[in-house]
Amino acid sequence: MSAQTLERPSVPRPGGGAGPRPWVTVRTAMARWGLRGTALLYLGLMIVLPTVVVVARGFGSGVSAFRDALTTPGAQEAIVLTVVLAAVTALINVVFGTELAYVLVRYRFPGRRLLSTIVDIPFAIPTLVTGVMLRALYGPISPVGAFLGRHGIQVIFAQLGILLALLFVTLPLVVRAVQPVLLELDETEEEAARVLGASRWLTFRRVVFPKLRPGIVAGGLLAFARALGEFGAVVIVSGNIIGKTLTAPVLITQLINGGKPEDAAAVATLLFGLSFVLVLVTERLLATGRKETS
Amino acid sequence: MSTELRTPRLSGSARRLLVHGGFTAIAILYVGVLVVAPLIGIAWAALRGGLSTWTATLSQPDVVHAYVLTGIITAITVVVSSVLGVVVALVVARDRFPGRSLMSAFVDLPLAVSPVIVGVMAVLLFGRGGWFEPWFSARGIQILFALPSMVLVTMFICIPFVIREVVPVLQELGVSEEEAASTLGASSWQTFLRVTLKNIRWGLLYGIALTTARAIGEIGAVLIVSGSITGKTETATLYILRAFDQNHRPGLDRPARGYRGVQAAGGEEAADMTCGGIR
Repeated sequence: MSAQTLERPSVPRPGGGAGPRPWVTVRTAMARWGLRGTALLYLGLMIVLPTVVVVARGFGSGVSAFRDALTTPGAQEAIVLTVVLAAVTALINVVFGTELAYVLVRYRFPGRRLLSTIVDIPFAIPTLVTGVMLRALYGPISPVGAFLGRHGIQVIFAQLGILLALLFVTLPLVVRAVQPVLLELDETEEEAARVLGASRWLTFRRVVFPKLRPGIVAGGLLAFARALGEFGAVVIVSGNIIGKTLTAPVLITQLINGGKPEDAAAVATLLFGLSFVLVLVTERLLATGRKETS
Repeated sequence: MSTELRTPRLSGSARRLLVHGGFTAIAILYVGVLVVAPLIGIAWAALRGGLSTWTATLSQPDVVHAYVLTGIITAITVVVSSVLGVVVALVVARDRFPGRSLMSAFVDLPLAVSPVIVGVMAVLLFGRGGWFEPWFSARGIQILFALPSMVLVTMFICIPFVIREVVPVLQELGVSEEEAASTLGASSWQTFLRVTLKNIRWGLLYGIALTTARAIGEIGAVLIVSGSITGKTETATLYILRAFDQNHRPGLDRPARGYRGVQAAGGEEAADMTCGGIR
């Protein structure tokens, strides 16, 4: 469709004045190639080239890179911890994020716009500040932190703190992935299901959910990928105890700062491989989702 | 029969209210505990120290330098990624050529890659033994531990924001207005400025806002490539991290001595950052 529209000036238009048609065609073609070339050059230099380097350097040495990554002290535990926490984060936010999106789209109540604005706040706040905020709230000198501490719940320098930080950072990703799909849904189908006697839950499961699924999965995968790589929000909260609260991104920075770029590259490659596969899956899902809706 | 019909309807509307109220309450509670409570926490921590600590912290030359550096990096990133982002968005939305879908997959890649990995990429390219290291060092151009690499990694991370906001607007828009303009004799540049840019302005602005927020707050990638040299390559976020690190070595189970002081100092800094970060 767009290819045609871009070339349309070259097609003789009925009733149009006898303009300098060939010149327009040349100029359109130049503009198109100019834009295309600029875009390809920009993305090629900025994204493709560094990606190729990581893949070439990381996977070039084959299996040994993975062995290096896994034998680096603390690496195995860090990667397992990161993947598990990212998965838990994605699951929790998929449930609550979808629920939030549903409430924001379908219900009308005072404060709805405020709630919608608050959901976007994690996008606007520097991630490191997220960590600072959590420490201010749950640290031992705050009333909340002291109260929880007395009841044996440690948040800061514990896995619970990392989880809270990751949930905070990834919440808008899920909500903003589900919301547009919900907005486009035709409510008459749900009404039809209800009129035909389906319960609320059955209607949601059989009518709403199948349509939302691509959005939910895409949002969940984005949240998972983001949680895998999060550094700023985690580094202050976690305390970085090897084998307990040290995540893979924090480990990578420690290795770089400790003058071990090879080890850092090995762990980074492993993490990168996971993220890359996730992007491909998300892209595929979004594409099928678009096909279904259009 | 009539009562049987009426009773479910009444209880139905009551149940509807209950369900709506319940779901709304869950949503508000979740956002309240997860997002609002920490905001209140930091406001409390920041205000407790009083205004004098604020002014004292913010007048230190290192801190001023850190904020200026963050400003420079953010400005360059926003300009470049907006202009080139609109170009890429036009190509993704309008152009058709083989490999276009691969291109849009690459646009999304920075969203999924850890900033820390982006930093490692830059080290692999420009560090010792890197592909470009001989060329730049022969010409005496410092990339790592200097502004260029810090801008490059921030740009990498911010590439998707403008593009992802503008592409859907362009797709929805279609080209009829632009065609009308060019039929009426507008040049392609005029058409772009008066029609296309005007139509995408809100999407573009939101993309710029996201880019600005992310560029100000970036830490993982910048930490790796900058070396965080105080007074030279230390950005605002790196300063905050150092303020925490100095008094608390990572790897300790118990909060170290001086925790209270750090909490206060870091809280203030962060509260200030928050004000800058919220658009």
